[in-house]
Formats: sequence, C-alpha cells, structure tokens
Amino acid sequence: MITTDICIIGAGPVGLFAVFEAGLLKMRCHLIDYLPQVGGQLSEIYPQKPIYDIPGYPEVKAQELVDNLMDQIKPFKPTFTLGERVDHLAKQEDGSFIITTNDKTQVHAQVIVIAGGLGVFEPRKPALENLEAFEGKGVTYMVKNPETFRDKNVVLAGGGDSALDWTIYLAKIAKRVTLVHRNETFRGAPDSAAKVFDLASNGKIDLILSANLKEISGNGKLETVTLETKNKEELNLEADYLIPLFGLSPKLGPIADWGLNIDKSAIEVDTRDYSTGVDRIYAIGDINTYPGKLKLILCGFHEAAIMMHSAFKYVYPDQKLSFKYTTVNGVNAF
Amino acid sequence: MIKFTIEDHDGNRQEVEAPDDMGLSLMEILKASEYPVLATCGGMALCATCHVEVFDGQDGLGDATDAELDQLENLPEYFPTSRLACQIRISDMLEGAVFKLRGEDN
Repeated sequence: MITTDICIIGAGPVGLFAVFEAGLLKMRCHLIDYLPQVGGQLSEIYPQKPIYDIPGYPEVKAQELVDNLMDQIKPFKPTFTLGERVDHLAKQEDGSFIITTNDKTQVHAQVIVIAGGLGVFEPRKPALENLEAFEGKGVTYMVKNPETFRDKNVVLAGGGDSALDWTIYLAKIAKRVTLVHRNETFRGAPDSAAKVFDLASNGKIDLILSANLKEISGNGKLETVTLETKNKEELNLEADYLIPLFGLSPKLGPIADWGLNIDKSAIEVDTRDYSTGVDRIYAIGDINTYPGKLKLILCGFHEAAIMMHSAFKYVYPDQKLSFKYTTVNGVNAF
Repeated sequence: MIKFTIEDHDGNRQEVEAPDDMGLSLMEILKASEYPVLATCGGMALCATCHVEVFDGQDGLGDATDAELDQLENLPEYFPTSRLACQIRISDMLEGAVFKLRGEDN
C-alpha cells in the first residue's frame, strides 16, 4: 500500500501544480492517472500546440509547460501511478481514505484531490436495447486478448482505424469475421482500408457496408446480431462476439458514484476552498463547476493554491497554518 | 444578430437569436441558451457531445475539418448532415438554419 498525505487523481497541469502548492505546506502527494504519461490532455492530445494564456509565458507549447511543471515540483518528490484508473474509494474510521485502482494498486491518503480534467476516455456505446445485458457475454469494446476470439464468429462495427486494424488481425484467428460499417467508404488509413476490401473480395471476411446495428439477442449469451441495411432490410448474423468500435468519449467514470454533487458531468464545489460536498475530497481544474467557472489552466492553478491551504488542517490537525511567500521562504525540498 | 431554429431531443422547436460578429460557435450559443449540451472537451472536436443534425441551412456551414470528420465517422449514431456544433461558426450565413440536437445529454 502506498501511503501519502494527498492523493491527486489526474496528472494534468492542474494536478501537477497542486503538488507544488502542497509541497510548500510540507504535504506529500501521490498522483494517479489513467493515461500512461503525465500531462493529461496537453501531452495526450495537443503536445505541440502553443498555449497563449499562461501568465508570464507569451507562448508556450503544451508539452513544454508539462515538462516545466515536472521540473517545478521535483523538490517535493511526488510519486505516480500511471496507466491505472481509480475505481474504488473507501473511507476509513479516522476520516482518511483508501483508493483502489483497476489494477488493485492501493493508496492511503488523508485528502483526495480530483483533478481529472475531462474525465476518463471510455468506449462510446451504440444505442442498442439490452446492450448492457450482453456486456461480458459476447459484447466487448476492446480486444484485450485476441485468443478469446479464436474459432469464433466475430462481428465488428465501426469505420475508424481500430475497426479496420482489428478486422485484419482477427481475420487470421476467428472462424468468421464480419465488419459492419454504415458508409460505403472508410476514412481510416487507406492502406488498412485497401486490405479490408481485399480480404472481403477474397472471401476471407464478410464486409457489410451501408448497414447499421439494429438488435442483439441470445439466450444468456450473445447469439445473433441483427443489422439494418440502407434499404431497411434486416439481416441476421450468427455471432459469438460483437465488438463495437465507435471511438472513445470522455466520461466521469467511477468517480460519478462517490456521492459527489454532479452537474452536467462536472463536480460542484464550494468556491471558498474548492471542496466537494464530501469531507476531505476536493475537485480542481476542468472537472469542477461553480458559478462563473472558466475551464482555463490558470484558473485551475489558482484553485490548487486555495484548495491546498484548506486541506492543511486534515494533514496537520494540530498545527496552525501560516501563509508564506516563496520570495521570503524559498522552496524547501523534501 | 441572426436567428435560427433548434429542435431539442424531444422534437420541440425554438427560435434562437445570436450575435453573428463575435466569432462564437453554435455550441457556445447552445450552452448559453441552456440546452443540454455537455461540450465536455470545450470545443476541440474531441467528445462529440455537441453533435447536431442540420435540417436546413447546410450551405452556410463551411466544410468540416478532418478532426471533426474523424469524430463524426466514429459516432454510433450518424446522419448524412451530422456536424459538431463546436466547429460551426455563427455567421449571417446561418440565418434561418434549423439544427436538431443529437449529442448525449447526460
């Protein structure tokens, strides 16, 4: 078990800067992020894009800002769990928390800070009746272990790169692969699209274009996928597995079930200290909401500073907090 | 100011007025008008929660970027005139247009 003062969920710019503000108050931080690297959206989505509204930087590339933040917090020796999603939160008798990730990593902390930005990117689901009833019983949104599909009837749906790539890959393993796409063409990589058309014309896969998923059915597990074609005709496919691949969409994830007040996928906070309705849990950055909220990195930085001063009382209940400037006190490394 | 029409998820239509000279996006107007548009990504064509179907006025929209087309391509539900509201700039070309909300609303 990892033990820390503050557990920060989300290692984007705001989560990283929160480490600095905590460090000035002698509080240690552990960060957890679902992405395999720090930096959040900045590193994952637009590392080379310039940002123009960071105070003191007329222009800074997103990745450069992340690198600078990592330098800035180095004295406070933060620790990281990357590539794991926070799943479970357990309140302890003394008020502290134990957080458990999907990989069963456990972190014990006095205070939780949710700096989750957009949330976690989860697979987008097609609007099919009783879809959820078949999840894990034939319906799956990712290919974790291709061997699962050996000698099975697999239906893939979607037209992006991952739909094309998995069709090509599973064609070698599965008994029969069917790719269903609602258009006549693919926007994905031209090479992969050409390969898929080749496999189809050689009879190695079934390619069904201009068709949509309509229904799924089965007795206890998936047995049939029903499609609707352009001409409104129905087509029944025998299927052991259906893999809908419709990209990823940001969602709050398991945090949504923690009893916090949620408004339109954002966590409501008290602007005096960015606390949520739950004791010792704070939310800062893009994931929170309050009257006048602006989703800006610089606002998240401000929220981090105020929030950490409020959290001090939980980490050092017997000490009085005195506010100090770095120009007076410097940065005292751990 | 220009006027266009929004049809919500339940099929109710309402006329909306918006300034056409402030560089606003349709997504921003929808949010300001209290429509249930999440706009999780803040206008970067990443989440598609501002997905709209264009019923009328398609000529005034301009072409979709690759980023927008990639998102739309991936959506489970998609219509021939689907667009992302965050990528549509409000201009006088949109006068009289009709949009239907199609994005996730929770």
